[in-house]
Amino acid sequence: MKYMILIHSDMQFWQTLPEEEVNRVLGNHYTTINETKASGELIRVEGLGNDRTFIEFRDGTPAVTDGPFGEVKEQLAGLFLVDVDSLDRATEIAGPLSEYGVVEIRPIMEDAGTEM
Amino acid sequence: MTPDDTLPQRDVEDLLRELAPQVLAALARRNSQFDSAEDAVQEALLSASQQWPTDGIPTNPRGWLITVAQRRLTDQLRSDVARQRRESAAAALLPPEAWHIPAPEVEDVEPQADDALTLLFLCCHPSLSPASQLALTLRAVGGLTTAQIAAAFLVPETTMAQRISRAKTTVTSAGARFEMPPDAEVPDRLRVVLHVLYLMFNEGYTASSGADLQRPELAAEAIRITRDVRARLPEDAEVAGLLALMLLTDARRPARIDADGNLIPLAEQDRTRWDQGVIREGVDIITATLPRGTIGPYQLQAAIAAVHDEAPRAEDTDWREIVELYRLLERVSPNPMVTLNHAVAAAMVDGPAAGLDILKPLETDERMARHHRLEAVRGHLLEMAGDTEPARTAYRLAAQRTTSLPERRYLEGRAARLG
Repeated sequence: MKYMILIHSDMQFWQTLPEEEVNRVLGNHYTTINETKASGELIRVEGLGNDRTFIEFRDGTPAVTDGPFGEVKEQLAGLFLVDVDSLDRATEIAGPLSEYGVVEIRPIMEDAGTEM
Repeated sequence: MTPDDTLPQRDVEDLLRELAPQVLAALARRNSQFDSAEDAVQEALLSASQQWPTDGIPTNPRGWLITVAQRRLTDQLRSDVARQRRESAAAALLPPEAWHIPAPEVEDVEPQADDALTLLFLCCHPSLSPASQLALTLRAVGGLTTAQIAAAFLVPETTMAQRISRAKTTVTSAGARFEMPPDAEVPDRLRVVLHVLYLMFNEGYTASSGADLQRPELAAEAIRITRDVRARLPEDAEVAGLLALMLLTDARRPARIDADGNLIPLAEQDRTRWDQGVIREGVDIITATLPRGTIGPYQLQAAIAAVHDEAPRAEDTDWREIVELYRLLERVSPNPMVTLNHAVAAAMVDGPAAGLDILKPLETDERMARHHRLEAVRGHLLEMAGDTEPARTAYRLAAQRTTSLPERRYLEGRAARLG
């Protein structure tokens, strides 16, 4: 089963953390990357930049806007795409990634299905 | 053969897939390191796939592959020993047999009767996760390339390569050797093998046609390997049952999806499109097997599939027989999916209320609480009962919970149809 692990975190708060603390947490992220890569579970991992560009349809045409999110502090900071045996395993992988943030696990929709 | 007789790539590929497990068996039997042996075989197969289409197939293709693979393996062992010698100051303390490198042998090795089965047991080693067992089986027994396996599971080749490589190391470090498990362990190990083949079949069967042509090949591969296992273990009733189940399910493939990729439920399938030849083979196998051996879950599921397949129209289905078979299946191998199907069948015989009663215990079953199939079946039974509003709610909930796009479309369609 494929899952997207979405890491939401408050970038402003991260900037207030001492460097060693940031490195310790990032080290845990790299451990997770290396472990899931070695086991053949990791499909893709990306970190996201802070700059956000929003596009919404205005009067029937796409337009760059300020976005719908207002003053929300948490934003999407990174993502893991994994192929694992179960949601439990995805949850286990996501655990260490949740420090100083919130991790969301979402199933990837498949094209296969069973007739009923 | 002269280079003029260039062969279609396809012929070479088919031949290599057939020979791959034989060559691996020959190497693995002589060399204890399964992972290095498998690497060497892959390199030999790669050389063959590049050379044979233009140079022609050698007179003894298996001997050629064994020789080339053995040479690769020997080179690898030599360089490993040389590295150890360089790296280890205490090299002199290595036991003398560590220095022994088998000379490459040029002769062919006759495949032994149990080779394919031994290889299958090794690939489905209990130290591996089901996903790894599946990948390793497709590569070592099925002779598929890593790229083909990656495409079949819709993951990048690097991910699959890593999964296979880790699986080989795990099997090797678990101390597994190329030999049949002790007799006492065979039944349990065989159960794992059959489960892996069942997963392989399902992975291919449930894929919607057209979107990816690679995936249905998994179903064909599962059937091919299961046939091989049956040839080795003709007396095993569950092996026969699994083969029959695969055939009786696969026979319906041409009718299960419409041109737009929508799933068609069993009751609405165009049965003239079912493959009657395949159905006959499946029915023959299960009919000959059932009275003979110990009854097991694959045989019972095959028997149920046979009852469906033998009904010329959906309304001709012998639901009483199916309910009986599900009762037996729940006794032999109880699981929530069996209960769900039992509920559907019971509703066909005794009405929807009977089916809904059977569902009740599942509502508190943790494995099913969030499962879309429970809500899908509930929706179906409520619809049968004429409870339109709750039926629609159940279908909608099921549609939200499934991770399958075709299933979501189907369930949303059922909800919409109720107005």
